[in-house]
Amino acid sequence: MLELKEGQRHPITMTLDGQEVRGLTEPRMLLSDFLRQELGRPEVHVGCEHGVCGVCTVLIDGKPARSCLTFAVQAAGRRVDTIRSLADKDGKLNDLQSAFRRHHALQCGYCTPGILLSAEAFLRENARPSEQEVREMLSGHICRCTGYVGMVDAILETAQQRASAGTP
Amino acid sequence: MKPKSFTYLRPASIDEAVQALARWREDARILAGGQSLVAMMNLRLIEAQALIDVSDLAPLAYIRESNGEIEVGASTTQAQFMMWPTLAECAPLLSAALPHVGHYQTRSRGTVCGSIAHSDPSSELPLCLATLGGSVVVTSSRGTRVLPCGDFQIGMLTTARLPDELITAVRFPTRRPGAGYAFAEMAQRHGDFAICAVAAMVSGETTRLGVGGVAEKPTVREWAGLDESGIDDALNDLAWDLGGTDDSHATAAYRRGLVRRLGRQVIEEAKKCSS
Repeated sequence: MLELKEGQRHPITMTLDGQEVRGLTEPRMLLSDFLRQELGRPEVHVGCEHGVCGVCTVLIDGKPARSCLTFAVQAAGRRVDTIRSLADKDGKLNDLQSAFRRHHALQCGYCTPGILLSAEAFLRENARPSEQEVREMLSGHICRCTGYVGMVDAILETAQQRASAGTP
Repeated sequence: MKPKSFTYLRPASIDEAVQALARWREDARILAGGQSLVAMMNLRLIEAQALIDVSDLAPLAYIRESNGEIEVGASTTQAQFMMWPTLAECAPLLSAALPHVGHYQTRSRGTVCGSIAHSDPSSELPLCLATLGGSVVVTSSRGTRVLPCGDFQIGMLTTARLPDELITAVRFPTRRPGAGYAFAEMAQRHGDFAICAVAAMVSGETTRLGVGGVAEKPTVREWAGLDESGIDDALNDLAWDLGGTDDSHATAAYRRGLVRRLGRQVIEEAKKCSS
């Protein structure tokens, strides 16, 4: 049985946005804090820190997860994807990000990384969602600036374009 | 908003998990999906000296159907259960209720058994378990017990699980031939805690209605031969008997109104689906 003592820092590794990374974590450290403080990835945003707002959402093995409700040790050995995984190496936005920009689906942008990651995972499972399904998926996120109309439009448009291009 | 220090244990087998529980007892908490537990730890509503992580325990990752029951192992997520191919056919009530359990982003980690273990009075899965009359399997170094749902959940966030017992699985009865089922809830936002949730089963002359979110645990009432002339009085009696109280989300009167209105809605819907 793996036992990590309280108060002690333990080495862990994970595949973060396609790269093997390592760091030290106490058992109590949240994955959100590990990514931000230990690995210097402030693009993982934190909001409520009790699983309500969805801003800290990352993908663990391709599935959306609130990184504030996941301990860093639980992500050891797994694939973790953040917002950095979406744009290409030169920083060119992917189709979903571009659609968000076109549809003014963000204002301050603080909630956007979590929403984009949720939407990416969601579209992989459900290539042709209905508006209702998109809205239900978005109910797991809180945006206090723009409302959700632009996001719904951007996600539906991306789904349609991917389907017609044959690249779900 | 950060949890207190704890020792993290990741058993490699059910035996190891049970041994760890025997050692740490009430100082330990079982970590599965963590969607309620970690939130409460972050808010310091729960402090644990040890977390025993069963989220990746392979022997508990299963969904099995046999002898008229669907058994769901303790590391099966709500999303995995929702995707189970024969869910709608074998368990229409669960199929209707699962989309209301948390959000897409929490169902991917939150477990079916975790929701049962947490026993929030407004949770959908404990309500379905009570309405269907399922049971909970708990294991300790002393052996295994199967607790009927009525004996398992004894109050708000309180169950009959003993400190050294691990919930290994939950069992839901499968669809009864000819029975109809329906589910509805009212929440402030889709996926939020239900102000009132209702689950109905109509089978022949029998009508069963489970109500969550009003009393301190899901409450089920069964009527024989309930017809149009009696339904409003029956629901009104139930609404008053539940003894809901005012809180920041809704008044007791509003909750009684929901029991009457949603209750009628799901009973009618379940009746339509029955044969």
